[in-house]
Amino acid sequence: MMIEILISVLLLTASIVVLLASIGLLRLPDLPTRMHATTKSGVFAIALIMLAVALYFARVDITARVLAIITFTFVTAPIAAHAIGRAGYLSGVKLWSKTVRDDLKDYYNEKDTDSS
Amino acid sequence: MIGLFWNLLLANCWVFLTGSFGVLNYLFGFLMGYVVIALIHKRVPALEGYPQRLPRFFRFFGFFVWELLLSNYKIAVDIVTPPWHMQPGVIRYKLFAKTDLEITLVSNFISLTPGTLVLDVSEDKTTLFVHAMFLRKEEEVLADLRNLELRILEVIR
Repeated sequence: MMIEILISVLLLTASIVVLLASIGLLRLPDLPTRMHATTKSGVFAIALIMLAVALYFARVDITARVLAIITFTFVTAPIAAHAIGRAGYLSGVKLWSKTVRDDLKDYYNEKDTDSS
Repeated sequence: MIGLFWNLLLANCWVFLTGSFGVLNYLFGFLMGYVVIALIHKRVPALEGYPQRLPRFFRFFGFFVWELLLSNYKIAVDIVTPPWHMQPGVIRYKLFAKTDLEITLVSNFISLTPGTLVLDVSEDKTTLFVHAMFLRKEEEVLADLRNLELRILEVIR
């Protein structure tokens, strides 16, 4: 009974997190902020859902697989976010008009003047 | 790393010798191995510092989960309420981490914390370019990043 409530709470929280992430994906203004909304909450929600799965089955083999899945999403998702964000930046996607500052642009400008 | 390997080996020995293959028994074996290593680590140079590392890892884990919850909540609030409170921007962050592995781990965890995303590493590997969502006070963001980095380095060094 307690376990069932715990599982439901975990699953509900995960779905709310994913829902918020998709709203963020629609509403946020530019690429990096959208990456913020999707990757982190994606990882977070996967971890919560997988914990619920482990609690529901309560078996050693499934728990081991759940731990593996959580570890691998934690390791790989930020790399994907980094790669997409960097590729987007380099291909010249405009940042939001209210972006406060951009040190990376200065850095690339310095590099260009150094090499030329 | 070598300490963890030995600890797992000792846990495996325990499980094989007692002959019951269960999670609880394995965890108990791991605990026993940890105690053994804690007793002898001063005399074996390869194991030096391992006993302190495990509690640090758990402390880091708790800290990280808490950070994750907190900043997820912060971003969720900003997404749901109509006016934008965020002030995104890209800032430089000077790294303490030296080797490639350390830099990878640190930037990985920075990207995992909501509100910060690593966009690029400078060519001389001293600076990270971090896209932060809430850049009201730059020093605060930098201090948070520093705190996170020091905790990670504490575990892996």
